[in-house]
Amino acid sequence: MERRMLAGQPGPAQGYPCRIPKVVLATVCLGLAACGGGVLAPRGPVGHAEKMILIDSLVIMLAIVVPTILATAAFAWWYRAGNARSRYLPDWDYSGKVELVVWFIPALVIILLAGVTWIGSHSLDPAKPLQGTGTVEVQVVSLDWKWLFIYPQYGVASVNELTVPTRAPLHFSLTSASVMNAFFVPQLGSMIYTMNGMVTQLNLEADAAGTYEGLSANYSGAGFSDMHFDVHAVSAQEFKTWVESARGAPRRLDEAAYLALGQQGTSPVLVFGSTDPQLFERLVAQSLPPGPGPAAPVPDAKQPRAKAP
Amino acid sequence: MWGKLSWAAIPLHEPIAIVASAVVLLVLAGVVGWVLVRGHFAYLWKQWLTSVDHKRIGIMYVVLALVMLLRGFSDAILMRSQQALALHGGGYLPPEHYDQIFSAHGTIMIFFVAMPFVIGLMNFVVPLQLGVRDVAFPVLNSVGFWLTAAGALLVNVSLMVGEFARTGWLAYPPLSELTYSPGVGVDYYLWALQISGIGTLIAGINLVTTILKLRAPGMNYLRMPMFCWTALASSLLMVAAFPILTATFAMLLLDRYLGFHFFTNEAGGNVMMYVNLIWAWGHPEVYILVLPAFGIYSEVFATFSRKALFGYRSMVAATMAICLVSFMVWLHHFFTMGAGANVNTAFGIATMVIAVPTGVKIFNWLFTMYGGRLVFATPILWSLAFVVTFVIGGMTGVLLAAPPADFVLHNSVFLVAHFHNVIIGGTLFGAFAGYTYWFPKAFGFRLHDGLGKAAFWCWVVGFYLAFMPLYALGLTGMTRRLQHYEVAAWQPWLVVAAVGAAFVLAGIGFQVAQLVVSIRRREALRDVSGDPWNGRTLEWSTASPPPSFNFAVLPQVQGQDDFWRRKQLSDAALASPADEEYQDIHLPRNSATGIVCAFFASVMGFALVWHIWWLVGLAFLCAYATFVKLAWREQQEDSVPADLARELDRAHRAARQGSAA
Repeated sequence: MERRMLAGQPGPAQGYPCRIPKVVLATVCLGLAACGGGVLAPRGPVGHAEKMILIDSLVIMLAIVVPTILATAAFAWWYRAGNARSRYLPDWDYSGKVELVVWFIPALVIILLAGVTWIGSHSLDPAKPLQGTGTVEVQVVSLDWKWLFIYPQYGVASVNELTVPTRAPLHFSLTSASVMNAFFVPQLGSMIYTMNGMVTQLNLEADAAGTYEGLSANYSGAGFSDMHFDVHAVSAQEFKTWVESARGAPRRLDEAAYLALGQQGTSPVLVFGSTDPQLFERLVAQSLPPGPGPAAPVPDAKQPRAKAP
Repeated sequence: MWGKLSWAAIPLHEPIAIVASAVVLLVLAGVVGWVLVRGHFAYLWKQWLTSVDHKRIGIMYVVLALVMLLRGFSDAILMRSQQALALHGGGYLPPEHYDQIFSAHGTIMIFFVAMPFVIGLMNFVVPLQLGVRDVAFPVLNSVGFWLTAAGALLVNVSLMVGEFARTGWLAYPPLSELTYSPGVGVDYYLWALQISGIGTLIAGINLVTTILKLRAPGMNYLRMPMFCWTALASSLLMVAAFPILTATFAMLLLDRYLGFHFFTNEAGGNVMMYVNLIWAWGHPEVYILVLPAFGIYSEVFATFSRKALFGYRSMVAATMAICLVSFMVWLHHFFTMGAGANVNTAFGIATMVIAVPTGVKIFNWLFTMYGGRLVFATPILWSLAFVVTFVIGGMTGVLLAAPPADFVLHNSVFLVAHFHNVIIGGTLFGAFAGYTYWFPKAFGFRLHDGLGKAAFWCWVVGFYLAFMPLYALGLTGMTRRLQHYEVAAWQPWLVVAAVGAAFVLAGIGFQVAQLVVSIRRREALRDVSGDPWNGRTLEWSTASPPPSFNFAVLPQVQGQDDFWRRKQLSDAALASPADEEYQDIHLPRNSATGIVCAFFASVMGFALVWHIWWLVGLAFLCAYATFVKLAWREQQEDSVPADLARELDRAHRAARQGSAA
């Protein structure tokens, strides 16, 4: 599917025929808007498309779920033992027509949803490149308990802060330097796992400038709660400026720096002005060791608490 | 001598763990002391702990589940209060403690609450519904129960000696490997679940064999009550899925104990294999839990609507369809692991397909009510709340089954809300309905209705308050298992969720009160008829509590809902059999094999956790010797004389006539 089509409609449930879901959705969206961010406030084509699938599927199902809930209440009330007006049919336990309907309604709904799923899964496959020029490559490494972002095209890297240009396809190659994590920027869309010795692929894009919350969405140990980072989506010009300033940073991301980062603990935002260009590949090929875990295993296994930033 | 075990293993520096352990030990000492002082030990030992009667084992399973529910729920209260306070690093639980709590909560609630609850109900009810005298393998049944209890014991020991896993309830490697979890927590987790997993497998084998091979004369498959069908489906899944769990954990244990590399980062280990295997067990597991609950709802809707279950054959087909398809959907637990679009789509659609038979079930329950005469006793309140809650949970489940939606909701608290929605709204509500429904059958008196309704309303309100905010939070991008967070807007929602947990606490309080009050007022709540709800199936045709042999003369089944059918016919259909039809009844002798063997299994598990190798060997030998002794037993059965059986049976029939008149 074309990227333009993926962008979809940002508004909540526009033009859906069913009134009740619209009200419900509007309420929910308003309530959530107060929280800011999140998957209902996407800032990129992938996020928009996923939100649309979320809402489409929800509306399709509400069309059957709401009547079911109402019917449950209505049947239970009308056929209560004290109601003299309801008919008692103690032996009515089969009706071919009813059976046909009860198998077909869920089946039809699921066929419809299966179609949505089929198309959506293929068009939104995280590994599928987005269309557009000037793709920015980012190599992502999850460590205990911090994120490392390497920009191979520019030879710079950062920790716990991701700066990207808007309106340019972003291609992430992800791995882990220790346990599993998941890279997730809710307002941009899809998450993906990071695993040691393997590379996963993710393609995202930011439509609008802003600062978005990124996080690990797979529990990874004591410092997990601190594995969030800011994503700064900036204009192409500002991104260029950022790269230039990053190149001025004195730190170099080499093997020693990687090994230091691999120690368990949290980290402030760091910028590396130069990088070992092979670092990511060496990590994936496991010629660089994964993180050592808790430094000194204590006999009673009470590790020192991870330091707060 | 004592391996890794030392006094440092006692968590003296953790006040919560120490106070909790102290309370548990005090209560335990109190109970044991009371039993010994009052001289109840002999009774307890002979009638319960060594019993091989499926009813008593079933009741002990449910007692285990209820006790562990208190433990699991304490963890829930800690988690909800921690998250309500944890903005900007507030709260009172440090990560290493909080991480143990959510891992223990999940493990306990699934393995030691939901599983024993449904297995206990199946154990108690299935032979009665089939019109037979016991399960296929009574001693094995006892062994299965006690091994489950041994696992539960080990999990609780970890509170007092050492620590529990901090890996989440499924212990994904490499986090659960030695490198990243060098402590004993993961070992407690693995050995507890290995031991109880064998117990569950035994229970499954026993139930499958019972249902396939032991049924009353005339009880053909399509006359079996719906609960038996769901029990069959659930047990088949246990038999098929639990070996996968055992094998997976065995591989992780080899990694941790003998330096293997199945799932390590190094040397060709592959975490994706673990994730696939654990969910190949884990997804059928949720159907193991929910299918028996579906059976309970089927019984409850029919009984309290005073109507036959609508669309029985459809229900059977739907049950078996769910049983089959549930094995083909495991990958939906990790769409975000990077499988291609075709794989994700296939598993996504397969998952959605399960919604079809499930939807059929919901509609059939609706049409069971149609044309009925509903009596709003507590069991049907749970069932009605289930329908409403479960369709919401099912809907969010289908949302998560669509890979593109899952890409933004996976591992969020939306997912947490979803599975609590279906496990509480599906399994637990069903277990509570079954508990209330069959309690008078088990003990001969009903549970107090008013307190039951109070508990029901607190649970339902508490459930919605606790979990609906999590749906909203998940959509704002809040992930699960956060010990603290920086987003101020989340806090109000989490406070509401904590209030919900307080409502559930009140519900549990009412349930405890209900049990105490009902026992104290048992004479007023007494049911002598054996049929307090005007039931339909065979379990209601015998006395409450049923005699050890269940049925003095095995019923001759002539149709579905056989007891209801006979009640609609003349009194002759319910009349006592002729004298000569009563015969001596042979029942399996009680056996201490289960409890003794489980005792040694617990010791062995503990020794394995702490690397006390001589004790491992000793405990294993003792457990093995227990079995050898059983194999050499001289006398296997006790006999109940025909006269006694006749006398008891006639007394029950007279009591039923008396209460009907």
